[in-house]
Amino acid sequence: MNFQENYDVIVIGGGHAGVEASLAAARMGSKTLLMTINLNMVAFMPCNPSIGGSAKGIVVREIDALGGEMGRNIDKTYIQMKMLNTGKGPAVRALRAQADKDEYAASMKNTVSDQENLTLRQGMVEELILDDEKQKVIGVRTSTGTQYGAKAVIITTGTALRGEIIIGELKYSSGPNNSLSSIGLADNLREIGFEIGRFKTGTPPRVLASSIDYDKTEIQPGDEAPNHFSFMSSDEDYLKDQIPCWLTYTTENSHTILRDNLHRAPLFSGIVKGVGPRYCPSIEDKITRFADKPRHQLFLEPEGRNTEEVYIGGLSTSMPEDVQFDLVKSIPGLENAKMMRPGYAIEYDVVMPHQLRPTLETKLISGLFTAGQTNGTSGYEEAAGQGLVAGINAALKIQGKPEFILKRSEAYIGVMIDDLVTKGTLEPYRLLTSRAEYRLILRHDNADRRLTEIGRQVGLVSDAQWEHYQAKMAQFDREMKRLNSEKLKPLPDTQEKLGKLGFGPIKDALTGAEFLKRPEVNYDEVIDFIGQAPEVIDRTVIELIETEITYEGYIKKAMDQVDKMHRLEAKRIPKNMDWDKLDSIATEARQKFKKINPETLGQASRISGVNPADISILMVYLEGK
Amino acid sequence: MTLTQEFDTIAAISTPLGEGAIAIVRLSGTDALKIAQSVYKGKNLAQVASHTINYGHIFEEERLVDEVMVSVMRAPKTFTREDIVEINTHGGIAVTQEILQLLLRNGARLAEPGEFTKRAFLNGRIDLAQAESVMDLIRAKTDKAANIAVKQLDGSLSKMINNIRQEILESLAQVEVNIDYPEYDDVETMTSQMLLEKTAHFEQLLENLLSTAKRGKILREGLKTAIIGRPNVGKSSLLNQLLREEKAIVTDIAGTTRDVITEFANIGGVPLELVDTAGIRETDDLVEAIGIERSKKALAEADLVLLVLDASLELTDKDLELLELSKNANRIVLLNKTDLPEKLDINQISGDFIRISALKNENLSAVEEKINQIFFAGEIEAKDATVLSNARHISLVEEALKALKEANNGLALGLPVDLIQVDVTRCWQLLGEITGEAAPDELITQLFSQFCLGK
Repeated sequence: MNFQENYDVIVIGGGHAGVEASLAAARMGSKTLLMTINLNMVAFMPCNPSIGGSAKGIVVREIDALGGEMGRNIDKTYIQMKMLNTGKGPAVRALRAQADKDEYAASMKNTVSDQENLTLRQGMVEELILDDEKQKVIGVRTSTGTQYGAKAVIITTGTALRGEIIIGELKYSSGPNNSLSSIGLADNLREIGFEIGRFKTGTPPRVLASSIDYDKTEIQPGDEAPNHFSFMSSDEDYLKDQIPCWLTYTTENSHTILRDNLHRAPLFSGIVKGVGPRYCPSIEDKITRFADKPRHQLFLEPEGRNTEEVYIGGLSTSMPEDVQFDLVKSIPGLENAKMMRPGYAIEYDVVMPHQLRPTLETKLISGLFTAGQTNGTSGYEEAAGQGLVAGINAALKIQGKPEFILKRSEAYIGVMIDDLVTKGTLEPYRLLTSRAEYRLILRHDNADRRLTEIGRQVGLVSDAQWEHYQAKMAQFDREMKRLNSEKLKPLPDTQEKLGKLGFGPIKDALTGAEFLKRPEVNYDEVIDFIGQAPEVIDRTVIELIETEITYEGYIKKAMDQVDKMHRLEAKRIPKNMDWDKLDSIATEARQKFKKINPETLGQASRISGVNPADISILMVYLEGK
Repeated sequence: MTLTQEFDTIAAISTPLGEGAIAIVRLSGTDALKIAQSVYKGKNLAQVASHTINYGHIFEEERLVDEVMVSVMRAPKTFTREDIVEINTHGGIAVTQEILQLLLRNGARLAEPGEFTKRAFLNGRIDLAQAESVMDLIRAKTDKAANIAVKQLDGSLSKMINNIRQEILESLAQVEVNIDYPEYDDVETMTSQMLLEKTAHFEQLLENLLSTAKRGKILREGLKTAIIGRPNVGKSSLLNQLLREEKAIVTDIAGTTRDVITEFANIGGVPLELVDTAGIRETDDLVEAIGIERSKKALAEADLVLLVLDASLELTDKDLELLELSKNANRIVLLNKTDLPEKLDINQISGDFIRISALKNENLSAVEEKINQIFFAGEIEAKDATVLSNARHISLVEEALKALKEANNGLALGLPVDLIQVDVTRCWQLLGEITGEAAPDELITQLFSQFCLGK
């Protein structure tokens, strides 16, 4: 084969999955090429201008702990930061940032460009080059005919894969935001034999900031207390002049406009064929499904510091443009707003994810990986998390090293990938905290504790990050030790102080840790009794201490479950398992097993439609092998 | 399914039901000894030698359930290569089932079909060549169990479970929406107080369901009733009255070691299984000591105790002894012989009593009413009530209830709602195991159908 250049890893697509995949592979020593249709759209955010949120914010921290880039990049380019769910338990707190879209993309592009071992190039890949047996990928061919050799290829094409934009009666071939649609590659994947699905998503209109009457809306400021995604970012760098978002609502009039034009809505006229997400319905969908709701919340989110564009969160729509003009004007604060871009729906091809291994390598073609929206997810964070896992595994495979699979008990990323490859998905998949069975363990405050060591092992965590992490853990251990030895004694002045704070007197001496175990007691109150530590304790260490001690019982209960589960995850099913040989299992189970080809007993047990008896039989069979 | 169940301590009745005089309840797993000990009074099982059989009694808290022999076999020289405890009961079906339920309530899980054999195999106790037959056994037993379960899962029960599950699901979805869409202002935030009200309500629903299990058992099997009292107080006449008044069925249970005659009387729709009626007839004329001994024995086996006192005489020491013996049982004190002048000092009797005349058949309806009150909280309308009867179902509901109680404890401690959610979710999942395979992503589906969310 005549290759222009040879690489270890080629990544197709420079979105949020693609940049993480290529950075990870390059940082692990693989000679990597990142191909993108448009060099001006690297790490582009085609929809909402925010990163993080419930569950997703924890994913960003996980990416950071593993040595990925998303957390660092948003910490450099946010315009507002907010910790969500502060009034709730520690397991569900999560950080969300409003991003400066242009800066985010520019900063990430610089990181990619500066990365050693990594080449960034514009070009459209139209075909995968396979070996003679058609079992292994060996390179790619672009629309201009150039051929590149590769030991592994990662497809991260997002909504560009046979993308089609729909606005009202209008439908045209396009990637996100009127970029080129990737059709050759989509055809090629079908030819190779992949099962391809068709999904749909959408985005709301954008309006001109100076045309908004903010007096009619409600301000939504960021937090004053510092917080960042990356464990390496410093509180001192916390942004003071944050830009607020604004809250407004749809009106009866908005709903009338939509209702009067429903016959023209592509969603209902039959133009939209793809499956849309339930969690991100368009406004026309909302007023139909929840017809009795008099109004819907809308968030006006600035897209950056140096742009006038404002994103109308909650108003995703593919109604005809003339309807969108009227719709925008029906909203308080937007009466005179100038629409800068209309909303649209986009349909795209998806590689149905049950065809993937937990490493995100396709079962069909060795060395071929897929990640991000291509696998049926939605969201920048979900994409980035998969990109990272695919990039790491591509590099490890080339180096002949063991695979990298995050367990459900280790990371939300592990939950997501296990869900995708075990259960598949029938609609765009979004991470929700309820998808995790161990959410008390998968917290934002312990993401580094869960994953830094793993990231270090695969070779992605830098020396600086590793040292920073070790110092933090050493401090955590020292302070835990102190809390477990320093005591509150039942002396008169202690009792009096307790009384003043509203606590009952104590009978016996108790350690600081035992006192902190009471849900109503916090770290500062304990310090009040046992005295300050001889060093300045980092606030993130304090948060970790409080959670670990207060919820110790629940955490332990969850960990017991995790330990048992791990013993079963360790029971591997042979690669070339002949499911027909297992004649005692139910027919439905056999069909499912054949389709998914689970790799462990644990994975097999999570397939829907498989019952305990089938798993029992499988267990006996494996033991008998 | 949750695979972690593989490590549970399992229990099952391992002798065919309804046959033979002895039944065996078997426990296998790490906690087998601990769980057995928690319901057993006798030797300290943790300290007895392996492969020994030990005499003792099974108690449900203070109530004696049965006199048993307990075999202790420690790993690895056992069938499953785990610790095994076998409880040999000599009660009938009802007592054996009761002991099983008791073990399940104390931490054991009901064994899946073929699970003991499966463990034996997985732990290397059975030859690898037998793998195939083990697989077939699991399949065959599962199919059979499934048939039975389907038969026992009547429409009204599954409807009731589904209703409770749906209610729980709606609460869960509300908690989830608060977490995943914290800025969504149209949905009320689920506070601890609100959740506590919900869990208390769910708890009530499950308690009601469980009480039907008890009622169901009584209606099916009868209330084991002992008539006790010292000689000549009128036990025989009471017995004859009960039997004469209603259609009496006299059964001779063959094959039992003790030649006991059991007779049934139907009191206001409740079948009373009168224990040791032969004894009453025989011993009324014998020496007092034997009467007391038999009373004690009958007392130990009974669900209901009718203590007969002779109101025409002062209380004797024996009367007082019987009063004391039966004070913790479901007891009705009957002051018999109201046809004669009353000499008995009622201040010596603690609690309620009913005056009757067995001879003249007076006031027996009050007895009927009292039974109804004790066992059905006054509601006899059990005709169409949903009844929980399958042992697996009962243990699942009990587990679900336990999870709810943990949720309540957490709420009382002031823990955040999203932590409490863990226990409520578990309750919901356990109930789902009664009605069968839960639909995938049930909660997420509920979330998006109940609330209008989106970017």
